[in-house]
Amino acid sequence: MELPGLISFAVFFLTLAGIYGVFSLGLNVQWGYSGQFNLGIAAFWAVGSYTAAILTTAPGGGHLGGFGLPFVVGLAAAVLLSALLAVLIGVVTVNLRTDYLAIGTIGIAEIVRLVLKNEAWLTNGVRGIAGIPRPFADLPGDLPALIYLAIVALAVLVVFVAIERLYRAPWGRVQRALRENEPATQAAGKNVLRFRLEAFVLGAAVMGLGGALYAHFIAFISPEAFDPLITTFVVWVMLIAGGSGNNRGALLGAFVIWGIWSGTGFLTDLLPIEIQTRAGSVRILLIGALLQIILLSRPEGLIPEAGPPTPDDGESTDNSR
Amino acid sequence: MIDILQLLIFGIVLGGIIALGAVGVSLLFGILRFAHFAHGDMMTLGAYLAFAFVAGLGWPLLAAFPLAVLLTVGVAVLIDQVLYRRLRRKAPVILLFSSFGVALMLRAIIELVWGPDTVVYDSAIQLPWRIAGLRIKPDHVTIVIGAIVLVTALHLFLQRTRTGKAMRAMADEPDLAQVTGINTERVVIWTWIIGSALAAAAGIFLALDTRLVPLLGWNLLLPVFAAAILGGIGRPYGAIFGGLVIGISTEMSTLAIAPVYKPAVAFTIILIMLIWRPTGLLRGR
Repeated sequence: MELPGLISFAVFFLTLAGIYGVFSLGLNVQWGYSGQFNLGIAAFWAVGSYTAAILTTAPGGGHLGGFGLPFVVGLAAAVLLSALLAVLIGVVTVNLRTDYLAIGTIGIAEIVRLVLKNEAWLTNGVRGIAGIPRPFADLPGDLPALIYLAIVALAVLVVFVAIERLYRAPWGRVQRALRENEPATQAAGKNVLRFRLEAFVLGAAVMGLGGALYAHFIAFISPEAFDPLITTFVVWVMLIAGGSGNNRGALLGAFVIWGIWSGTGFLTDLLPIEIQTRAGSVRILLIGALLQIILLSRPEGLIPEAGPPTPDDGESTDNSR
Repeated sequence: MIDILQLLIFGIVLGGIIALGAVGVSLLFGILRFAHFAHGDMMTLGAYLAFAFVAGLGWPLLAAFPLAVLLTVGVAVLIDQVLYRRLRRKAPVILLFSSFGVALMLRAIIELVWGPDTVVYDSAIQLPWRIAGLRIKPDHVTIVIGAIVLVTALHLFLQRTRTGKAMRAMADEPDLAQVTGINTERVVIWTWIIGSALAAAAGIFLALDTRLVPLLGWNLLLPVFAAAILGGIGRPYGAIFGGLVIGISTEMSTLAIAPVYKPAVAFTIILIMLIWRPTGLLRGR
């Protein structure tokens, strides 16, 4: 089964948009729900990707493993390890306010990058890990790509439904209360540090899942692929553009910004050849300018977070008290 | 023993450069209440502007220096007036994120104009002086003298001028400063001028010591933040002290750990400080 070029591109586009959507949803739990400013997205992305890669590749790649384990095992381990890293980091940083948390998390992303680059026994260093298998790769033609798109779509759906439920649950209400007014929430008897840590770890686990999905899709990862700034920045712009606090917005932002990012690829192809090699810089410049315009004119995003739930949302018993 | 002294010299050179960056970060954090993430790329911009005059026009670095500093100041004030001034009324976190975007945009512009490859001011190899077994590069002397001159000028500005005193007051007690009738917009602009001028100088010194790459300043951002936190936010003198501590401990760390992990030293110090004494060693905010 061979798909025409345009559809084939659409599958490629949608798969990556979906993977970015997973990251955007993960960040939404941390920032949108809980107000924690994580600038170290790339760290969780990398941990997820490398965990999946090391566990599922065939042995003898020059790095630890590979263990040739099934796709699903790699996925689960990526989520767990990313969550574990988040617990270790969170125990230290959970108490920090916004600016310090930003500095702290960006430092962690740097350290993760240093480790990936320098501990060759673990990660094969700058040469990276190649041959990360995609599930059902033996099937003919474009079928594996279609199946992978379905897997990514399923992952997006599961994450979306799960955290959307949490948003409406008491847990989500406490998170929003914390975000808006920490002293009052504390006065209401909530364990502030525990709730903050839970949101941080949950968001990181979702990012670990995204990292694993990315590794299997791209099939090759290296420390250069995780320029901590650019990956982190793009995911942040997606969430802010879509509307932080709103999961639909987070997903929409991922699709729109990824669309613009891909679209600028066509645009930069039209540029003179000597500038084309610097197309990446042009893209960042455009996305950066777009971000500033959003911050200036519509900081609440395309789909802003809805106000408190009305009695129609089935929460009338809570609100009538 | 000679090894330790040698590392101490490297540490003082690096520490002086970090200190120049940290003063701006500390003052901006104290006055505008946000961590300025584009500070590292301001340094890079200053370094490359100087490179444009040195390589493009054949000027000596000493002549390129003031003009590059002036142009960087112009860019910083322009960004403040176009972007940050409008965002200041919103939450400080929006300023922080905006500056993160500015950092990437500055880096993208630098890569577009000057390319991603490594360049240097002067490709001639500088022979170090050998004094009692120590190796000292003439550039190192230039950097340390330059840093001392700039810090002295900063000291005179903060102590002797009305604007300087107002700046210290605002960084120390913003609310109190405001009710005493300080022209806050004026102080904010002067904070950008001082901060970006010192950042540009730090960038040029760093490029003189190493080489020019688009990541030049970004790589120094964490040490600069570490110095500002160590010295206490809003305390320019603390930032200078913090810069020296970070610079010296970063170089000294190679006695104990692999040099590839040198960048982790500043970060470790940040974490220890934030947990143990978030107000800084010198009791800032």
